[in-house]
Amino acid sequence: MITEPTSKYLSNTVQSIQPSGIRRFFDLASSMENVISLGVGEPDFVTPWNVIEASYHSLEQGYTAYTANAGLFELRKEISRYMKRRFGVSYSAEEEIVVTVGASQAIDIALRAVINPGEEVIVVEPSFVSYAPTVTLAGGVPVPVNTYSEDDFKLQPEQIEAAITDKTKVLMLCSPNNPTGTVLSKGDLERIAEVVEKHDLLVISDEIYAELTYDEPYTSFPAVKNMRDRTILISGFSKAFAMTGWRLGFACGPKPILQAMLKIHQYTMMCAPTMAQHAALEALVNGQKDVVKMKESYRQRRSLVIHALEEMGLSCHVPGGAFYVFPSIEKTGLSSEEFAEQLLMKEQVAVVPGSVFGESGEGHVRCSYATSVQKLEEAMRRIDRFLQTL
Amino acid sequence: MNSTERELLKLIEKNGRLETGTIAKLMGITEDETKQILDKLEKEKVILGYSAIIDWTKGTEEGAVTAMIDVKVTPKRGVGFDKVAERIYRFPEVKAVYLMSGVYDLSVSIEGKTMAEVGRFVSEKLSTIDSVISTTTHFILKKYKHDGLVFSDNDEDKRIVVSP
Repeated sequence: MITEPTSKYLSNTVQSIQPSGIRRFFDLASSMENVISLGVGEPDFVTPWNVIEASYHSLEQGYTAYTANAGLFELRKEISRYMKRRFGVSYSAEEEIVVTVGASQAIDIALRAVINPGEEVIVVEPSFVSYAPTVTLAGGVPVPVNTYSEDDFKLQPEQIEAAITDKTKVLMLCSPNNPTGTVLSKGDLERIAEVVEKHDLLVISDEIYAELTYDEPYTSFPAVKNMRDRTILISGFSKAFAMTGWRLGFACGPKPILQAMLKIHQYTMMCAPTMAQHAALEALVNGQKDVVKMKESYRQRRSLVIHALEEMGLSCHVPGGAFYVFPSIEKTGLSSEEFAEQLLMKEQVAVVPGSVFGESGEGHVRCSYATSVQKLEEAMRRIDRFLQTL
Repeated sequence: MNSTERELLKLIEKNGRLETGTIAKLMGITEDETKQILDKLEKEKVILGYSAIIDWTKGTEEGAVTAMIDVKVTPKRGVGFDKVAERIYRFPEVKAVYLMSGVYDLSVSIEGKTMAEVGRFVSEKLSTIDSVISTTTHFILKKYKHDGLVFSDNDEDKRIVVSP
């Protein structure tokens, strides 16, 4: 891709990682017109108005300077209260919370704070596209553990055991999962926790979709017995409060790790944007009603899409959270890339090939239902028509 | 009213054109159940009608002028404000009538083709009603938001086509 002599200046690490498969598909889809996109990994709502206004207010008041490295103390206190209230886990606002530039940065600094060169990180796949590359960039080795549709894409504890070597240090979890929407129940997490404790692992738990679960009460991993002090919790405002473009996330965890993360954060990022932090504060204090409204709408659309996929004979487990469905397209005989590309070309519907989320994503496509009911219905009609042509 | 009925009402309040099949799929119930609930709510007059919210300023003059009129009235013995309100809301030009607290009694919303037409209604029909003491007419210059809907073109999806 990059030719000599320029490439000699690039680090071996960065040359070893591939650009995101999503990127390639994005380029293809954006070159076309009248596309109905089910490829969007973000809410279709605009950030609630009171939250937007809080950022205006912040600017009007002249808050245009840096905040503390770890984030506005007021915001950290509110995050602490929120974590206690919603998930029953206590974190000290002074020492155990860092406000970051999106949950993505939180994942990056978490990995960089704990990984020594060559140490292994178990990544549960299909997974968010950034996990494995971020592990590599931190000097670690990502070890994929596949999950399968017949288990509803739930990680089985024995799979972790099978993947553990003497270099294994971290288990990365994401529940609800992007792209499968799978939610790990309290029981699932307790079984995973036993293995984690037995093998003395650290867990990075990405809970960015925690507010978007539909069927049963959500259990946060650090709330599981003995797990608080071996978990770095990652979350943020993007999904629950429809704030993807604000780039605001946070990490919570035991003091020594969070203080190490803070070191990286202060030398590389200084702090998250100030006006976005004020907006996030408003979201936590007064935004819960909006979350409930948005969640209700996602739940209805999930039902619509699952129903439509069933009618057209695409098998699909019912995802308990996030806003994705991950149907199997195996019966079409196409690879997920071929399926997504042909669907885009023939019917102008963009879905994301499952293969970009790891080996076990093959045979599936990710469809986001964070799109209007009218567009969803039209997209489902088009997918059905497309299936008839195969 | 149970939570299923409330959920259905919220759905059709936002979009009265949703087909029964779509409502059923959105709510994860059968189409028959959906029809039964709709029938029941219509019978009980919880659902009073299905209307569209139209921006009449676009391309047609019909109903292009809206006025809100503050009306002071003398309540009639025994029937209070209700009888006067009824005389007013029976006029087809009248879109809404509310009994208000504060400095006036009734708030009346009128739609017409022109300001002159609305003016004629106020001077010839409304003000001449016996109990009406005074009227103050406010013409709506521009609609920004009505019944929860924003009157603007700026609502396209600003997200990129494919994102993580």
